[in-house]
Amino acid sequence: MIRSVPRSRLFDSLYLAYLVAFFVYLALPLLVTAAFAFNDSPFPSLPWQGFTLDWYLADGSAGRTGLFHDDGLLGALWVSVQIAFWVTLASVALGCVNAVLFERLQFRGKEFLYLLMLLPLVIPGVILGVSILVFYSGMANDVSRLWGLELDVFRPGMTLVVMGQVTFITTLATLVIGARLRKFDPQLEEAALNLGATPLVAWFTVTLPWLMPSIFGAAAMAFLMSFENFNTTVMLTGSDTPLTVALFNRLREGSTPVLNAVALFLMVVSALLALLTMRQSQGR
Amino acid sequence: MTSSAAGRLSLWLLLTPFVLWILLLVLVPHLQMLRVSFQVRESWDSLSWGLDQYQNFFSEAYYWRTFVRTGVMSLFTTFLTLLIAFPIAWYIAKMARGRAKGILFLACLIPFWASELVRTYGWMILLRESGLFSAWLQALGWVDGPVEMLYNDVAVIVGLVYNGLLFMVVPLVTTLDGMDENLVEAGYDLGGGHATVLREIVVPWAMPGVVSGCIVVFMLTLGSYLTPVLMGGKDSAWFTEQIFTQFITRFNWEQGAALGVLLLFLSSLMVWLGLKLSGQSLRKVMG
Repeated sequence: MIRSVPRSRLFDSLYLAYLVAFFVYLALPLLVTAAFAFNDSPFPSLPWQGFTLDWYLADGSAGRTGLFHDDGLLGALWVSVQIAFWVTLASVALGCVNAVLFERLQFRGKEFLYLLMLLPLVIPGVILGVSILVFYSGMANDVSRLWGLELDVFRPGMTLVVMGQVTFITTLATLVIGARLRKFDPQLEEAALNLGATPLVAWFTVTLPWLMPSIFGAAAMAFLMSFENFNTTVMLTGSDTPLTVALFNRLREGSTPVLNAVALFLMVVSALLALLTMRQSQGR
Repeated sequence: MTSSAAGRLSLWLLLTPFVLWILLLVLVPHLQMLRVSFQVRESWDSLSWGLDQYQNFFSEAYYWRTFVRTGVMSLFTTFLTLLIAFPIAWYIAKMARGRAKGILFLACLIPFWASELVRTYGWMILLRESGLFSAWLQALGWVDGPVEMLYNDVAVIVGLVYNGLLFMVVPLVTTLDGMDENLVEAGYDLGGGHATVLREIVVPWAMPGVVSGCIVVFMLTLGSYLTPVLMGGKDSAWFTEQIFTQFITRFNWEQGAALGVLLLFLSSLMVWLGLKLSGQSLRKVMG
């Protein structure tokens, strides 16, 4: 079963075949999605009609509207970017603070609070969305009925989506940054203090630079997770739908190669972001 | 390190954001959901307390059947994902060397740079009546007309397993990577067969990874919405769809909250059982 244990030829070839089948299974859906973004046919299906960039570039004059001229999708893309920006900012900031709290400080009830911190990971995303909807939107309804005040921030919309996503992305950011902080040698910080730095200066010149790769990593992860999230988002979104929800609505009406174009665009952006983070963490 | 007053101040400064986050975004909203699930709406502005929402759940066969179905199918999906992922994780952790190891591991991650929606869409293009599999089968002459492979339970499970694989492979590779190969050799030297070595050495060692993978995959599957909705047929309703319907289509928040509490209860129960049966702790498995 391991390299040093002898195995039969047959077993080896079966194993290899299994590996190949597995990676084909992984790649196939994405490859076909990408390929049909360039098929010169109004439906994303065979036969192959030739290569075209219409699903990106067509301006609607010939009955086709490509992604870059589709105001609905571009608007949704912008909404997603805004949401992802705020989610990244909030969850990475919270993640930093939480990481220091759990890795560097000792206090009573720490173990219990750590479990609470992990909790959002074991709650299904739909439920996270629903509970926030019930609490905040319900509160907005009650306030409006009792006092006639309109708390529009707490109506389904961008703010609620950001809040819903921050709930679980913060936990992930905390784990990523905390794992790096655990490997930090506190003597470095003590040396800085001994050499006359104030705790704040020591933090910004010694500890924070050490954490930087994990902060970048957490930020990229937070951005991607926010951008791709559907389950929590769909419960909280208002009239300004983010991209995944807009795509879902389109898909229910029927699929067009424009959806493939968006899908490929998303894959490329995520891949670039992921590669960038890996470069960043390897460079250090 | 610092004086105790400064220490206490920094503790409070760091504790406040955490407490606000966990209270305002996690605990209070969930308690409110629990509270609303015990409310009965009598008219547009008056409420009373009662168990009506839960009674509806048990008296309407459609609700609890979907609930049970969702749970059973999620368990099955989790198990299947584990079976498929284990040999892959084993290969990456123990058989591949050097660069191949890193490349294979990355290849496992690549599909997850695309969102669940994109992955599901890819499967739809492959499986539907006008899709690629159907076209290929016809080209090979194995079938006469178009075949519909989408909109059934098998399609849903194919999609769900696909979505869960990463979350199974990564923890498995991480735990298996740390296993000393001498242990396995010793097992064989002492006369153990493949099955014995697997059962007595490999599985116990990989247990934290297995539990962590299973918990995450089960939870993701149970709470998934896109894959069952887009790939499932008329008979393959998923419980999250019913929650969505109550909240968004019918505006029946009380019923929706009760269904949400039930789903949360089921997922927490399974997580707890998984941890208890395997003797693991949430901290070890997730943190």
